[in-house]
Amino acid sequence: MNNLIGKNLTAGYGGVDIIKDINLEVNEGEIVVIVGPNGAGKSTAMKALLGMLSLTSGSVEYSNKEISSMLPQNRINLGLAFVPQTNNVFTGMTVEENLEMGGFLREDDIIHTINDVYDLFPILKEKRNQSAGELSGGQRQQVAFGRALMTKPKILMLDEPTAGVSPIVMDELFSRIIEVRKTGVGILMVEQNAKQALGIADRGYVLVNGKNSREGSGEELLNNPEVRKSFLGG
Amino acid sequence: MKFEKYEWVAIAIMVSLFIFVGFIQGWSVSLVILNMCIISAIMTMGVNISWGYAGVINFGVMGFLAMGGLAAVIVSYPPITESWKAGGTGIGVSFVLLVILVTAVMYINKTVTDKRNRYIFNTIVIIFGILVIRHFYLDATESIEDVNPAIAGFLGGLGLPIIFSWIVGGFFAAGVAFIIGKVALGLRSDYLAIVTLGISEIVVSVLKHEEWLSRGVKNVIGLKRPVPYEINLQNADWFINLITYLNSSKLNNIIDVSDRQQVLNNLIIDGSGIFVKLSYAILFLIVMFIIFYFANKAQLSPWGRMMRAIRDNETAANAMGKDVVKQHLIIFVIGAAIVGVAGAMLVTLDGLFTPSGYRPLRFTFIIWIMVIVGGSGNNLGAIFGGFVIWFSWIEAAPLTTFIINQLTVGLEPTNALKLHLLDSVPYFRYLFMGLILLLILRYRPKGIIPEKVRHS
Amino acid sequence: MIDFLNSIIVLLNFIIIPGISYGSQLALGALGVTFVYAILRFANFAHGEIMSFGAMITILFTWFFQSQNIGLGILPTALLALPIGIIATIILCIISDKFVFQYYRYQKSVPVVLAMVSIGVMFVINAIIRIIIGTETIKFSDGQKFIMKAKQFKVMTGLNEGLALKSSQVITILITILLLTFTFWFLQKTKTGKSMRAFSDNEDLALLSGINPDRVVFITWVIVGVLACVAGTLYGLDKSYKPIIYLNLVLPIFASAIVGGIGSPFGAVVGGYVIAFSEIMVTYAYKKFFVYILPSSLEPSGLVQLLSTDYKFAVSFSILVIVLLIRPSGIFKGRVL
Repeated sequence: MNNLIGKNLTAGYGGVDIIKDINLEVNEGEIVVIVGPNGAGKSTAMKALLGMLSLTSGSVEYSNKEISSMLPQNRINLGLAFVPQTNNVFTGMTVEENLEMGGFLREDDIIHTINDVYDLFPILKEKRNQSAGELSGGQRQQVAFGRALMTKPKILMLDEPTAGVSPIVMDELFSRIIEVRKTGVGILMVEQNAKQALGIADRGYVLVNGKNSREGSGEELLNNPEVRKSFLGG
Repeated sequence: MKFEKYEWVAIAIMVSLFIFVGFIQGWSVSLVILNMCIISAIMTMGVNISWGYAGVINFGVMGFLAMGGLAAVIVSYPPITESWKAGGTGIGVSFVLLVILVTAVMYINKTVTDKRNRYIFNTIVIIFGILVIRHFYLDATESIEDVNPAIAGFLGGLGLPIIFSWIVGGFFAAGVAFIIGKVALGLRSDYLAIVTLGISEIVVSVLKHEEWLSRGVKNVIGLKRPVPYEINLQNADWFINLITYLNSSKLNNIIDVSDRQQVLNNLIIDGSGIFVKLSYAILFLIVMFIIFYFANKAQLSPWGRMMRAIRDNETAANAMGKDVVKQHLIIFVIGAAIVGVAGAMLVTLDGLFTPSGYRPLRFTFIIWIMVIVGGSGNNLGAIFGGFVIWFSWIEAAPLTTFIINQLTVGLEPTNALKLHLLDSVPYFRYLFMGLILLLILRYRPKGIIPEKVRHS
Repeated sequence: MIDFLNSIIVLLNFIIIPGISYGSQLALGALGVTFVYAILRFANFAHGEIMSFGAMITILFTWFFQSQNIGLGILPTALLALPIGIIATIILCIISDKFVFQYYRYQKSVPVVLAMVSIGVMFVINAIIRIIIGTETIKFSDGQKFIMKAKQFKVMTGLNEGLALKSSQVITILITILLLTFTFWFLQKTKTGKSMRAFSDNEDLALLSGINPDRVVFITWVIVGVLACVAGTLYGLDKSYKPIIYLNLVLPIFASAIVGGIGSPFGAVVGGYVIAFSEIMVTYAYKKFFVYILPSSLEPSGLVQLLSTDYKFAVSFSILVIVLLIRPSGIFKGRVL
């Protein structure tokens, strides 16, 4: 069973620790959401899991293997995938080329995976030869997902996938995420739109001031009065 | 003005280099190098002011120098009345028409709102305007160039003392810089470098080919001087007496009268040369110190602080309401003006104006090596860079010859490799310049005398 | 009718053929500069000298072959020496990168610092070239110089105007078509080429996709070496080789790359032809052409020349400045600066 675990993560930028002693876990086939106020360290925690910043202390494990000192590229090789919040597609390349680049590390024939992605995101098939930079925000996010899925990852990490998109597009994106989960991929998601995100989540973590504040199933957190008051607008 | 210890060391090094050369190669040589060093230092200060204070790149040095040189010609050369008669009105008419054209375009840009219409009007007006101007212009310039082409063939100048041109040169350069600045400032640094380089090429191209203005590739020679001519000195009683007095002990030891006269004559000739060069040196040093003083004052002033703030964080400065573009333009123009002054001084020293001599490698790039090696953001660093690099540039040739001879001491004088190397001596200085630049950029990127970090 | 044909020949001879030839040389140069700009993200002022170096090595080996009486018959011997020149140029590029540029890349220095550094490299390579081969003009083309001589043509067609076609012009055009086709095929159709486009497009994402930055940089310099050496050699074959000329070429090359759209390979090529044709067309004296086309009553008395040939050089920058004013991102919308 593939899982990604962050234990007692303490990390930050330029000597200042933003997250302290964070514990996170995501398993295959489940949707896990990280919510919390601005500046809580949600994106930082995710980047720490990926190795995009160095840990002051703590460790990251994947399938019970220590990967704390591995470069991000190598973690991708293991089965992790990451969709950054911004600049997450090659704007000068076509949709299909973006997918090809996603599958760059693979030695085998990627055409099947490309078709799988097209099945998941039909609009991409339609626009396969169009330049990614010309697509709408929501479509671009789908390209970004598709690109990340090309390595056939076990765990997919998304950094605020619905940032700046309209509610309709957000719903569309979330239903795509559920489709992806159905294929057995584990999804870890940082989200600002806490209510909707928790609505589709199996489990969730609430981070406050760089520390774990609360965790539980999506439903539990949605119904928790304090959580509702703080982020869900009552 | 306070100098740090290492700055005094730098000044000491500069002074001792000249004394050293004076003893080994003669005072004449030393003064020639000194004079060019001072001019280079001024050019470097000009570039440094816009780059070091404000981070605005100026790769158009060559063009600004040429404008300064042009000023020297236009200010000091006596007017050639025949040329003025032949084409003066034509040029005047062309100029007035040009002003009308520019005003027309500006007017169109202000009043016509529809973008497409604006382009159409602009194109029509510009094409028509250019054709009309050309008609008058070509007629006028041809007639001017026909006047005595071997000796003249151009308009001449105002016939004023050449030293005024040093200031006028600054203004000419400032004018060109203003136009360039309006067009190009706001571009990213490396892009701005290419553009300023390109525009300076255009400027020099114009000077090379508009013979009615500058004689083009025929060059202007025989410019007037602010210092005496050697020949006049050699015949002046006061000078002869001075030389005799300064060398009295040496002369008194020579018994034979005709020998003594011979030696005295040689001393007078040498002395006149040195006197002239020394006079230039003093004039140049005065200019350099004036610029240095004011540049430093400006750097320490509130205005200087604002410039540094803009340089170090443009977005923040913008947010605080500072008009960054305007400030950049001001400093670009000031820096260019100083280069223009140096250009006028250079032509004064040479006594001739050679447009084809203004080449980017020799002027723009070498000056930038001076800026970077000396220390950007520090005026003493600029002077030091100017002195050291120019000095190396000149002394690289004899030094290289010396080194090659030492290294090939075992080889026959007619050995092919040795001969080839000795032939290539003039090219080694490019190698030294490149290596010095690379070494400084790698190991001491702020320059030898870097900007002083001020805690205010 | 005859007059019309004559006028066409005039255009071909003095504008179109020289334009395509010079444009190809600029296009290859601009393409090389664009690769460095798009992938290594700096303006490489040393590019002209790299071209000069490539041409120099080719010339040295051309002399060697000529001395050994090895030749290519009607084709210039230089073509035989060209592959050696290319390899030498690639080595030069790799060495410059390893010892100079790489450091600043790792430091994530701002582009202007790299531009200054490239000026230092320019001085060094320039010096090395001059020390090795001197500064004289060198003509090294051999083989059949003309595919068609003007006189020949006049005799063949009976027309007044002769059409001259130099073999160096034809070679330039053919090699350019070959190289450009290969380059674009490489960039558009191969995995490596696409990975380089991805790297230029979004470096962080490319790294995240597992694209190896060192490999991309290496291949970039290989391509630059090929393009620079070929461009330099072709220019030298066509006109003549003079070491200091290449410094003068740097600016029209930069102008071509910028006018075409900085960072866009296709733009660089188009820019090369735009600049070349502009230089030629703006400074050509059209008198002959008009004499053929217009009825005798309207024949022009002057040269009908927009700008004197002295200004050929200044034309490139003027175009550059105009493009900057109207459409700063260039014709093919490269990166907007």
